[in-house]
Amino acid sequence: MEAYLDNSATTRVSDTVKDLMVKVMTEDYGNPSSLHMKGVEAERYIREATECIAKTMKVEPKEIIYTSGGTESNNLALIGTAMANKRAGNHIITSDIEHASVLATMKFLEENGFRITYLPVDNNGHVVIETLKEALCDETILVSIMHVNNEIGAIEPVEEISKIVKAYNPSIVFHVDAIQSYGKLVIHPKKMGIDMLSVSGHKIHGPKGSGFLYVSSKVKIKPVIFGGGQQKGMRSGTENVPAIAGLGLAVREAYADFEDKILRMQELKDYFIDRITSLENVTVNSKKGTDGAPHIISVTFNGVRSEVMLHSLEGKNIYVSSGSACSSNKPAVSRTLKGIGLDEKQIDSTIRFSLCYDSTKEELDYAVSTIEGMIDMLRKFTKR
Amino acid sequence: MIDFKSFLIKYAEIGVKGKNRYLFEDALVKNIVKSLESADGEFKVRKEDGRIYVDAMSAYDYDEVINALSHVFGIVGICPMIQVEDNGFDDLKEKVIAYMDEMYPDKNTTFKVYSRRARKNYPLNSQEINMDMGEAVLDAFPDIRVDVHNPKIMLNIEIRKQINIYSETIPGPGGMPVGTAGKAMLLLSGGIDSPVAGYMIAKRGVELEAVYFHTPPYTSERAKQKVVDLAQKVAAYSGNIKLNVVDFTDIQMYIFEKCPHEELTIIMKRVMYKIAEKLAKKNGALGLVTGESIGQVSSQTMQSLAVIDENTDMPVYRPVIAFDKQDIVDISIKIDTYDISTQPYEDCCTTFVAKHPVTKPNINVIKHSELKIADKIDEMIEEAVNTVEVIEVR
Repeated sequence: MEAYLDNSATTRVSDTVKDLMVKVMTEDYGNPSSLHMKGVEAERYIREATECIAKTMKVEPKEIIYTSGGTESNNLALIGTAMANKRAGNHIITSDIEHASVLATMKFLEENGFRITYLPVDNNGHVVIETLKEALCDETILVSIMHVNNEIGAIEPVEEISKIVKAYNPSIVFHVDAIQSYGKLVIHPKKMGIDMLSVSGHKIHGPKGSGFLYVSSKVKIKPVIFGGGQQKGMRSGTENVPAIAGLGLAVREAYADFEDKILRMQELKDYFIDRITSLENVTVNSKKGTDGAPHIISVTFNGVRSEVMLHSLEGKNIYVSSGSACSSNKPAVSRTLKGIGLDEKQIDSTIRFSLCYDSTKEELDYAVSTIEGMIDMLRKFTKR
Repeated sequence: MIDFKSFLIKYAEIGVKGKNRYLFEDALVKNIVKSLESADGEFKVRKEDGRIYVDAMSAYDYDEVINALSHVFGIVGICPMIQVEDNGFDDLKEKVIAYMDEMYPDKNTTFKVYSRRARKNYPLNSQEINMDMGEAVLDAFPDIRVDVHNPKIMLNIEIRKQINIYSETIPGPGGMPVGTAGKAMLLLSGGIDSPVAGYMIAKRGVELEAVYFHTPPYTSERAKQKVVDLAQKVAAYSGNIKLNVVDFTDIQMYIFEKCPHEELTIIMKRVMYKIAEKLAKKNGALGLVTGESIGQVSSQTMQSLAVIDENTDMPVYRPVIAFDKQDIVDISIKIDTYDISTQPYEDCCTTFVAKHPVTKPNINVIKHSELKIADKIDEMIEEAVNTVEVIEVR
């Protein structure tokens, strides 16, 4: 048996998405900027995808900019806003637990004259609202907070944050990194007071190299990629038509029977949490039910190093992440796990399980019983 | 730049090997031919009058060829060379002047003509060639000066069937051609030292085979891939390496369970050497090669090394034994293994290290501790040797 429980790292592209992309690459391969029929056909794929995406969020199609994925969306949102508003001020607010694509971009902006405030989180991983109120000032031009944390699945109070920000100064731009939440939660940016929203395609069964940034028509940003003026000059470069078409279809599939799917994932999550906490000396860092994202379960197996656990599970065809998947490129202490109060040993013993719409109870049972079977042995052979 | 068609390959130590000389030269020719397989173009490697030449038989990429030849042990220098037909001395003068003009745009420099006359029926002797050619070059370029003691340009002219002209020598890696000194078994970890040790031994003409101790799940597939990548970098110099991957997990856990923890590393290494020795004997290798350096870590004190060596009757070669870490790092940068070695994946040594390992182990104490694993360890070693995964690294 195989159990792929690393869906927050990436997901499998669905067969229908794959077939559509193959068709676009081999039959309808025109350049959407070309004036002839092949170009018009290609453009049609983009229009369809855009309409579908816009509908899921109740926004206008013209408010969608396609990118190469979540990282580029975050870069464009942050750098683009900073560049467009530098006359209005140089202060930006974000949180301690953002993804590297936000934190590293903030560092770049810091080097270029912007002042960044990093808000702390409480034991649940939620931004401490009081600190936001204290941080806001006349110079503040941008607030960027993630919707769902990629390591523990905490849902940030973005609506509340937006209200506070907008009450302080309505012209402050509010950006939300929704890479882990789009397709898992209902997101209506206009109703929720979100000006910009980053989304990645490969987290929702779309292809890698696909994603978009929603930018409210009220917000002006500067591009970060220049060239032939595609996408109204906001993101030059020939549109990645197969990826965009694939993304559009993945979105359509994600939001079909949406409530049922989410409820199912939530039930699976709660079931898994119940079973895994019955093991000795195991703590769960994610919230049950609607208090947390439906697909992310962070578990601390005290006394077992996460890397050893990960590779042991790999040996049984169970695939998970240690902390945040992206951090395997450069081992550093997880700011999220530290932020919610875990000590270094606990952080080094934490594993992330993440589900998708197709995850099954059998997979979870297999994972739990495998862990149950090996955990005593693993604890025995740990550094003393 | 001049379109060089040939390279003169200089080698040093091979020259003094007496009657075995041809064996060394043949190995060098073979290794050169093999190294050039990675470069675009057709080449002929020929041995003539006690010299080795590489002739380009088609268009080729100069940098690629120099890079390939810079990895062949035994080569001391690579001289890009033009070769001209003998159409009389006046014609030769013209060609040499044209060569100098193109090679050295800045003529404010010093030179010396160094000629050899292998073909004795040439009308001028080498002394006359030196003088007449020197004069011709001086006449052609008013800024250039002769310096017979310390010239910046050594203009070589060799009168053979054809005439060779060269003045630049690109340093080669030195050493002896691989394949002329037997085979050794390299204990390769993911660290900085062992690939350097392998490189240094191969430089003395030794063919390499390698062994890596893999301990899943305590080390990942990526850690293994890292070792394969390192072996590949060393293989660029040493030729193909057969990498033996030993599954060491059961043994390591057995030792961990039975033996005192401060002695773990020593006992583990003694077992590793035994396995390496058995693999070496099985595959015709004549010694073990390791990257140890005195005092670098607890298991590399002289006392520890003595205790470790006690468990093998094979010679253990430690080419970096007296090197400072920085010296080893410098070589690893030169052979391009440093960036791979410093990737963060753990190897098995770091997972099971005790907080306070022994630094001065006593052989009797260690042997006493090993009684606790005496039951099964021989059997486990046999099993490990018989179940190695072999990866051919080229």
